[in-house]
Amino acid sequence: MLADKDRIFTNLYGFQDVGLEAAKKRGQWDNTKAILALGPENIVDIIKKSGLRGRGGAGFPTGLKWSFMPKEIKERPHYLVVNADESEPGTCKDRDIMRNDPHTLVEGCLVASFAMRAHACYVYVRGEFIREREALQRAVDEAYADKLIGKNNVHGWDFDLYIHHGAGAYICGEETALLESLEGKKGQPRLKPPFPANVGLYGCPTTVNNVESIAVAPTIIRRGADWFAGIGRPNNTGTKVFCISGHVNKPCNVEEEMGIPLRELIERHCGGVRGGWDNLLAVIPGGASVPLLPKHICDDVLMDFDSLKNVQSGLGTAAVIVMDKSTDVIKAIQRLAYFYKHESCGQCTPCREGTGWMWRVMTRMVRGDAKVGEIDLLQEVTKEIEGHTICALGDAAAWPIQGLIRHFRPEIERRIADFGKLAAE
Amino acid sequence: MSLRRLAPPEMQPANFSFTAENAEWANATIAKYPQGRQASAVISLLWRGQEQEGWVTHPMIEHVARMLGMPFIRVLEVATFYTMFNLEPVGTYLVQVCTTTPCWLMGSDAVIAACKKHIHPHPHTVSPDGKFSWMEVECLGACVNAPMLQIGKDFYEDIDGPITEQMIADLRAGKAIRPGPQNSRRTSSEPEGGATTLKDPSLYDGSMIGKYHKQVPESEAVTDAEGKAPSKGASDRETPNQKPPGAAT
Repeated sequence: MLADKDRIFTNLYGFQDVGLEAAKKRGQWDNTKAILALGPENIVDIIKKSGLRGRGGAGFPTGLKWSFMPKEIKERPHYLVVNADESEPGTCKDRDIMRNDPHTLVEGCLVASFAMRAHACYVYVRGEFIREREALQRAVDEAYADKLIGKNNVHGWDFDLYIHHGAGAYICGEETALLESLEGKKGQPRLKPPFPANVGLYGCPTTVNNVESIAVAPTIIRRGADWFAGIGRPNNTGTKVFCISGHVNKPCNVEEEMGIPLRELIERHCGGVRGGWDNLLAVIPGGASVPLLPKHICDDVLMDFDSLKNVQSGLGTAAVIVMDKSTDVIKAIQRLAYFYKHESCGQCTPCREGTGWMWRVMTRMVRGDAKVGEIDLLQEVTKEIEGHTICALGDAAAWPIQGLIRHFRPEIERRIADFGKLAAE
Repeated sequence: MSLRRLAPPEMQPANFSFTAENAEWANATIAKYPQGRQASAVISLLWRGQEQEGWVTHPMIEHVARMLGMPFIRVLEVATFYTMFNLEPVGTYLVQVCTTTPCWLMGSDAVIAACKKHIHPHPHTVSPDGKFSWMEVECLGACVNAPMLQIGKDFYEDIDGPITEQMIADLRAGKAIRPGPQNSRRTSSEPEGGATTLKDPSLYDGSMIGKYHKQVPESEAVTDAEGKAPSKGASDRETPNQKPPGAAT
């Protein structure tokens, strides 16, 4: 188990004071000037060496992403945009960072902006997180008052941090949709290229990072890339905030080592699966978008990007949704299909029409009111949607259904057969 | 996608204007964005308008469009795209119940049943006393505290059917209810019964200050020319490999 001294979010639960003085006592804002004195190149280098991969779902190496930004400011200003539009079902880690440990994020914004030569940063908080937005704004105000950020601050890098909010659109968690929304438009993703590092917010070079990726950066630099790289496994390094929800005895958020076995994570921190490990049916290991895993895979799978990819799923946002044997697993996935139908932005036809189609078919399959051949048809349609849309929402809508068919096809067939018998009687 | 239309003309008020306080706030908000980019403030302004009026009205959209120098249709698009904008009047207490899978697994059906029983059989309908309306919403991002609902600015977490009934009854009687977890959890997302981590007192006694100062960069300094040369990644991005649309980036 990860030792407490190696945890980055030491006030994850809000047991301690949230204010600036207490945050400083916990080691935040500790000699941030020395971090900036390293220079942008060295900071990016340390983040690269630490092996930090983006915590927002895709797992793209953060240091590499930062290095895409132009190396000097020309006629267009640079921007850092922090993606706090946390809406992936199962995920609630950024919420705790913003309301309980906001200074990790504020300091991270300064460091990351400096590394990318940005003088302004916008944090895009999802609209529903009103109290979280207020908590973060309080932390920003404290940092301004203490001259940690702002014009002529003690760190010698003029830096403005603004909190922006959305109004209830899952799609705005996609980075280009987020930029569109931030510009005051509908949140509909942009075609890439050009990538945001060339043409981002207001047409200027922009990097969009998840809250957790930014908030861990100052600690990584303070303690060194080797410290962070020494936790977890190669290519899957560091610590991660896991959100474990669903049928466990004590659902919770917890910061743990990457690559912790799923079973250990659930039994050590969550009091085990409701009714014991053998009562487990399936787990969605990385938020709604990734395919579920049946129990026999959960027995020994490790919680990191590569291990979960090897079992045809993904770490995503590390939001673990646990389902015990009492669960109607078809209904659980059907509810996710509804979610994607509701949240599709309507821009690409395969997604706009496909998510609704999949939801309607899934709804019939919950009752068993379908033909066995429709399972293959459904599988085929998910394959037609996947990869044929501008953004990954089409993929995200397809994957849970593919996972269901892959692992629970007999259950779907049984239900269809039962419905047929009922109808015949 | 959801079909969202403005309320019919007979329901729309004749006009809209921000209160003096909100107008001042709106100007400060517009100033957060660069010159000429005031459209960025559109969500914030509509939200403030909704907080003032309870819902987003046709005159409000016109007013915000004028304030930001945007065409009416652009603001209408925003108002109808984002689902947190209420396009019709709602109860004083708008009860938003999360029913996405993590909450559904933990019993959001019972919460919905309580709303149907004590507010109105149908969502988006104001209760007879005018105080409440309820609706189902998609994941509100408090999944480890499922099931949960939002009223106004606050989340009410770790609830069930009877607790929901009690909350509605208390609000109806004018009693304040406590936001956050409604079970024995102390604050937020820790395991019920006590945290399994973050128990080391040295994290909080001030000994963390300066603990990692001796950390120096392991990497050799980068020369100016090296620093300014485009990285390999940047070169790759100049001539990206052709990918099918939608491939993960």
